[in-house]
Amino acid sequence: MSEFQAFDFRTKFGNRYFPAPIFTASGCAGSGKELSQFFDLNELGAVVTKSISVRPRSGRATPRMAETPSGMLNSIGLQGPGIDDFLAVDIPWLQSKGARVVVSISGETVEEYATLARKLRGVNSLYGIEVNISCPNVENRGLVFACDPVASRAVLEVVRRNIGGDYPIIAKLSPDVTDIVSIAREVVAAGADGLALINTVLGMVIDVDAIRPKLAGITGGLSGPAIRPIAVRAIYQVHSALPNTPILGMGGVASGKDALEMIFAGASGISVGTATFGNPTAVTKIKEELLALLKAKGFKTLKDAVGAAHV
Amino acid sequence: MKINSRAVQKSVEVLSNKKVGSYHHMVFSVGEMALSAKPGNFVAISVGGPNSAMVLRRAFAIYRASDRGNYGGTIELVVAAHGSGSKWLSERAIHERVDMVGPLGTAFGIPTDQVNALLVGGGYGSAPLFGLAEVLKQRGCRVDIVLGASTANKIYAPLEGKRSVNTMTLTTEDGSAGVTGRVTDVMPGLIQKNSVDIIYSCGPMAMLEAVDAIAQGAGIMHQCAVEESMACGIGVCMTCVIPLRDDAGLIRMQRTCIEGPVVDGSKVIWGNSRSIPQGTLGFNQ
Repeated sequence: MSEFQAFDFRTKFGNRYFPAPIFTASGCAGSGKELSQFFDLNELGAVVTKSISVRPRSGRATPRMAETPSGMLNSIGLQGPGIDDFLAVDIPWLQSKGARVVVSISGETVEEYATLARKLRGVNSLYGIEVNISCPNVENRGLVFACDPVASRAVLEVVRRNIGGDYPIIAKLSPDVTDIVSIAREVVAAGADGLALINTVLGMVIDVDAIRPKLAGITGGLSGPAIRPIAVRAIYQVHSALPNTPILGMGGVASGKDALEMIFAGASGISVGTATFGNPTAVTKIKEELLALLKAKGFKTLKDAVGAAHV
Repeated sequence: MKINSRAVQKSVEVLSNKKVGSYHHMVFSVGEMALSAKPGNFVAISVGGPNSAMVLRRAFAIYRASDRGNYGGTIELVVAAHGSGSKWLSERAIHERVDMVGPLGTAFGIPTDQVNALLVGGGYGSAPLFGLAEVLKQRGCRVDIVLGASTANKIYAPLEGKRSVNTMTLTTEDGSAGVTGRVTDVMPGLIQKNSVDIIYSCGPMAMLEAVDAIAQGAGIMHQCAVEESMACGIGVCMTCVIPLRDDAGLIRMQRTCIEGPVVDGSKVIWGNSRSIPQGTLGFNQ
């Protein structure tokens, strides 16, 4: 009987249900238009947008990218149109395609996060907000909020206050901290409904012919399968400490098996980033593979599999 | 604006792989992908096989696309095995398959009038110019081509390419073929002699900049196919940007995979295209 029963693939962050647990990763899906040539955006749990700032940003000079073993370094510097242009151009288009949208926001000050949250209030097709407090490619690297529990807390508090209670807030954390669990506790206490784990890992490559750093930004964020064990560890640790806080897992997921590993570690959803660069249909491929694996292993719901590896 | 609107993802078969000078000439059976490919477009290929540590796609300018012939639609590439990804591709044997996304990017604009065109290529950057030459010739244009490189075996100039041009001039910096010097040394003479109306170029950024200086100085339209390294080829990674002036005159960091690779030379902020020029929208360096 059970094999004819529909598998419950839904996942929940805050008060919102998403029909599938596979999301794009912030900064890895353009405006959505680029990928919509290859699949329907509403097949995904949600499109997570690039991190939007208050004003337009040119981003950093090039080279912005270096391929590394099973990964890549990037130093884009949050290039983007700014919130007003984004709301006028990108959001209506995503809405017209029926996409569920999680808007990622990034500010240089606590006040900027407040402004961004205020402007997002009441936006159609908005399913959630990812608060990026962990981009390694901002000018004042000392001010990566996610490395400081007090600053992290301050950002989440103003976002919660300004967005109201209607939208789930997902705080994106950096793995470049001594104790990710303590940061996670702070942002959850400040009002985050969920956690995005992990942002890229700060890294560097030197061009041995030029005898110079390979990236114009000198350092960059490492992503891809090379960082997956770091992500699995972070997800496992945080899920142990905060079992009721849903986690959006990410970091080098390239197959359904990789996604399943993070779900067993404690993720309720998966974002796919770098894999899309290598394969425009990676997100839908991973979604199908994950569903098939969960069914093959005898699970009836995604929820039953979340954190299954915990002993 | 629709993005990547003609692009498809397809597993394609290698039909031929031949070494030509320093390069590999490769032919792929691509089916209908060939129908929508235009001179200047490129394809993005997954490299290294399923367990590869190379996670990024590689972009290759289309040398020629044909929708006729024994194998149906074909796309031809000229591959320079510079890095580990292009080396892997150049080692693919006949009947092996690769994952290809294409056609991508902008194409060379083709004038509606019968004009005199000068095509300028550097190294294997000459590859997309031959397909362009064929189209221009069919339109009744005069087509002259200049190909330059540091040394003779780095010039890609196949015999059949000569059929689609009125004249071909080679330049090498070491004098091993053609005129000793650079493409820009022979351009002024050709522009004057052939009353050139439009210049098309493809090659390294420094060459494109020098070609653009001549084109702007002579008041001639210039379309160039630019090169900046890409991670995805489809517009999502934001790594392949250069500063371009938009129609309103505002400088924006734009993706060369979407707004390029073919751009109007007069719109590029030359000098140091790898920096963020003052005045760029959202300047934050």
